[in-house]
Amino acid sequence: MSSTPETPIIPKIKMNAILNVLAKGNHIDKRPLLSYRQIDVVKNVSPNADSSVLVKLGYTQVLAGVKLEVGQPFPDNPEEGVLIVNAEYIPAASPTFEPGPPDENAIELARVIDRSIREPRAVALDKLALIPGRKVWVVWLDIYVLDHDGNLIDAAMIASILALANTKIPYYEVDQASGNVKIDRSKTAGLLPMNKLVATVTIYKIGDVLVVDPTAEEEALASASLAIAVSEDGNIVGMQKRGLGAFTEKELEQAIEISLNKGKELIETIRKFIT
Amino acid sequence: MKANKPQLIIEGKRVDGRTPSDLRPIKMEVGVLRNADGSAIVEIGNTKVLAAVYGPREVVPRHEEQVDRAIIRCRYRMLSFSTMGERKSPAPSRREIELSKVIREALEPAIVSSQFPRTAIDIFVEVLNAEGGTRTAGITAASLALADAGIPMLDLVAAVAVGKVDGVIVLDLNEVEDMYGEADMPVAAMPSIGKITMIQLNGVLTPEEFKKALKLALDGINRIYNLQKEALKKKYVEIEE
Repeated sequence: MSSTPETPIIPKIKMNAILNVLAKGNHIDKRPLLSYRQIDVVKNVSPNADSSVLVKLGYTQVLAGVKLEVGQPFPDNPEEGVLIVNAEYIPAASPTFEPGPPDENAIELARVIDRSIREPRAVALDKLALIPGRKVWVVWLDIYVLDHDGNLIDAAMIASILALANTKIPYYEVDQASGNVKIDRSKTAGLLPMNKLVATVTIYKIGDVLVVDPTAEEEALASASLAIAVSEDGNIVGMQKRGLGAFTEKELEQAIEISLNKGKELIETIRKFIT
Repeated sequence: MKANKPQLIIEGKRVDGRTPSDLRPIKMEVGVLRNADGSAIVEIGNTKVLAAVYGPREVVPRHEEQVDRAIIRCRYRMLSFSTMGERKSPAPSRREIELSKVIREALEPAIVSSQFPRTAIDIFVEVLNAEGGTRTAGITAASLALADAGIPMLDLVAAVAVGKVDGVIVLDLNEVEDMYGEADMPVAAMPSIGKITMIQLNGVLTPEEFKKALKLALDGINRIYNLQKEALKKKYVEIEE
């Protein structure tokens, strides 16, 4: 059952201080409200993966990895590869994260990212059939939140897209007659084919202002947030409202405008890290 | 592309004969369960959803209670035989876990939870028959059940999905349109105070299409909102007479 989360206790004096700074047009770390923290990318963190990317967004750290396996296609899409997205908030990342199977927040994050990659066909799954109808590449995208300092969806999306775009398909030989696929991970058969890049821009409503990329302290004060996924061709490819509050129609329109602008910037940043 | 996609718009009409801005036929009934503090059934086309509300009541386990507000708990689930095609496993799926959260967060902004500290308000959404739009029908039904339970709210919450099928922006997707369409965008709102409490987008829209879709959704929500008020009046006014 989904239950109202425990609200963190924030001293009134601190809350007012944060709201004051935001009302003046800055984050508590002195950035303008609509700017992102520094984005650092470390590639090949887990060399045994077919791709792994660690993204640091300020102090937030998210590690995304990809493993490719040969498997069966979905019966309703027999000639396409399969993409499966999972996410886990590891207990090392925050005192409030507990061990155990993924909770509703982790499941929601994984599903929002899955939809925002699947719907615009960011990964060219149609090029991943090995024996059409019988054997295809299964792309396992697993996301681990390592350190939580706010704005997890945006950081996880950057890590996910970079992990996918840098995935090396292992060398393989298909015996069409017997249906056997031989894989040799010491050689590669090229990069995972991508159609387009996608970024998620989450707009947080804190007090009366709309901001992007809050720290965890700021995020705890947000009444609601709206994650908006945009593709490099300027379309809106996914959306998810979260939190206990609500948005007016005007705020939604502002949020869309912000996300289209910021999304473009994030996609340019992402592009720099693709080999 | 999905295999065997049927043509979804033929001569301006949809597969079930509706125009793009038509809702499916809607039926609502309030107070359908004897034991629950509030309950409602909402039917929209062949989709049928039952919502029940218990509370404000004691929080079990006790440590989950909050000192300054009631906690809202919500479970969305589909009955095992409610889906088209195969039987759905009764174990909670990832989709149901996500939707329980999404429905709770669509209703939270409406509930004046500060009036009942240290209590829980439990919302159960059971999908009896699923043919598209179960989360939105669930929100519409749950909001009626909350009102029926006498829980103070800022406004009723009404919800409907809009989407894009064969390039056309349409209101209230049915199962086939949801499965084969290009985009599906469920929206929930409190119409009298102009607040949008839930919005999701699964699919691709241009910014212009999004604006058009949002307008259409809010228009549909208004129509559903009026039906909600009628359904509530029907139960309570009849009793008084």
